[in-house]
Amino acid sequence: MSAHKYGDHVDTDVIIPARYLASQDEKELASHCMEDIDKDFVKKVKPGDIMVAGFNFGCGSSREHAPVAIKASGISCVIAKSFARIFYRNAINIGLAILECPEAAEDISDGDEVSVNFDTGVITNVTKNKTYKAEPFPEFIKKMIDEGGLIASLKNKKGA
Amino acid sequence: MGMTMTQKILAAHAGMNEVHAGQLIQAKLDLTLGNDITAPVAINEFEAAGFDKIFDKKKVVFVMDHFTPNKDIKSATQCKQCRVFAKRFGLENFFDVGTMGIEHALLPEKGLVAPGEAVIGADSHTCTYGALNAFSTGVGSTDLGAAMSVGYTWFKVPAAIKINLTGKKKDFVSGKDVILFLIGKIGVDGALYKSLEFSGEGLKELTMADRLTIANMAIEAGAKNGIFPVDEITREFLEGRVTRDWKAYEPDPDAEYEQVINLDLNEIDCTVSWPHLPENAKPATEGREIKIDQIVIGSCTNGRIDDLKAAADILKGRHLAEGVRGIIIPATQSVYREAMKRGYFDIFLDAGCIISTPTCGPCLGGHMGVLAKGERCVSTTNRNFVGRMGHTESEIYLASPAVAAASGIAGHIAHPKEVL
Repeated sequence: MSAHKYGDHVDTDVIIPARYLASQDEKELASHCMEDIDKDFVKKVKPGDIMVAGFNFGCGSSREHAPVAIKASGISCVIAKSFARIFYRNAINIGLAILECPEAAEDISDGDEVSVNFDTGVITNVTKNKTYKAEPFPEFIKKMIDEGGLIASLKNKKGA
Repeated sequence: MGMTMTQKILAAHAGMNEVHAGQLIQAKLDLTLGNDITAPVAINEFEAAGFDKIFDKKKVVFVMDHFTPNKDIKSATQCKQCRVFAKRFGLENFFDVGTMGIEHALLPEKGLVAPGEAVIGADSHTCTYGALNAFSTGVGSTDLGAAMSVGYTWFKVPAAIKINLTGKKKDFVSGKDVILFLIGKIGVDGALYKSLEFSGEGLKELTMADRLTIANMAIEAGAKNGIFPVDEITREFLEGRVTRDWKAYEPDPDAEYEQVINLDLNEIDCTVSWPHLPENAKPATEGREIKIDQIVIGSCTNGRIDDLKAAADILKGRHLAEGVRGIIIPATQSVYREAMKRGYFDIFLDAGCIISTPTCGPCLGGHMGVLAKGERCVSTTNRNFVGRMGHTESEIYLASPAVAAASGIAGHIAHPKEVL
């Protein structure tokens, strides 16, 4: 899985510009993901890829369209030095895996091959032959992400 | 250990005597808010979860303010979806074109938020109501969708930073200058996950409009919420607006603050945040070389009557510089009417400005003032991110209404004293 690397304070306006918010269609949102800071992202990204960023990722607007666009673009996990709090909550609620790991976020370069073990929180940088340790999610959050987010997980619970 | 204002409100809503920073709690909500961008997503989630009731017809509030009056078919469809939902569940506080205003100006004006209450909104600037001593914070649409049905949500109790205000405001300085200055000092993640709690003898210098502006931009420092104590200024604002009982919360004398920041109002002059982050704050007097194409005066941050007065005081008898477009957006219907009654419309029109119906519009590059490549705007809004108001190569300079008006007249970023 290749890493797509960005800097500090990536805001939700650049993740998905407001001019596209009249849509709720995740594929349409994904087709504009990151375009204001990286117009090639949509062309480069492959299913399962990892997004890596600095401090305060997802700051600004509370639009849930931002994690939705990232997830629908194929990104399997965002690793950052820190996350803005609304984005953090939204990502978990819609089932996008996110890990706070300053060491990994600093060290991973754009294009590095990276894999993540969500059970242990171990992030492996295949290119640099290094590993980093993030705090893994507790079981209920992991389950929520696996099941596709809060609502899907509530529905499963109801059905059970 | 004592509790902060925020912690006390959260404890009360969780039915607990005490909470501490980092604790996960479930809290009852006094109000949930959605707008024409976030409510449709919340409705989808609400329906996907199979919910068939809302927790309170008075407390689920929708405001159609972002892309309204609708700018295109898609945005019209989103409003229609909200309208249908509002009708189905009998929402008593559904604000459509004709009654709506920009949500965070409208809710305090209508008395929908009172001290001590807990509010979530699927809009990051929901933190505005901290000006009224409420705990209020932005969430996403899924959280909103669930809360609309059950009337509670979970929170991690935040740690806090105390902002101790002293001194007196200088001429032309407003709440906007104070918050831009503060964000310049602590950075856009300086209060990440935390509460910003305002206190000190300098509070009496801040009008309710100043406080609403300051609390509004707490999110721009990464904060979970910003909050003020209740004083005479708050009581005066609430008079005649809020008729239900409410309770004010003060911090305990031994409340734990991770950091105390002293702000001397005497040291804050008119402040502008340069592109592309709100933390790039500098004195307005350093902007003489920055030629501008547009000014926008409005938004949930600065679209109240006091804001329009500050702009009118400067624009009166003056005209925008050649090549500058002036867009004035009263935040609510009642602000619009009041501005008209006071004669501000004549002042704005004589100055060469246009007056728009209430809308969030240009603040997020929606409509009514989107920027082209290379254009620069001095705006009283809250974010100057890349592409926020239009083209990725346009530039937004955040400022107060007085500075925006002065800049419009000068044709470059200007301190009001430069044009008077």
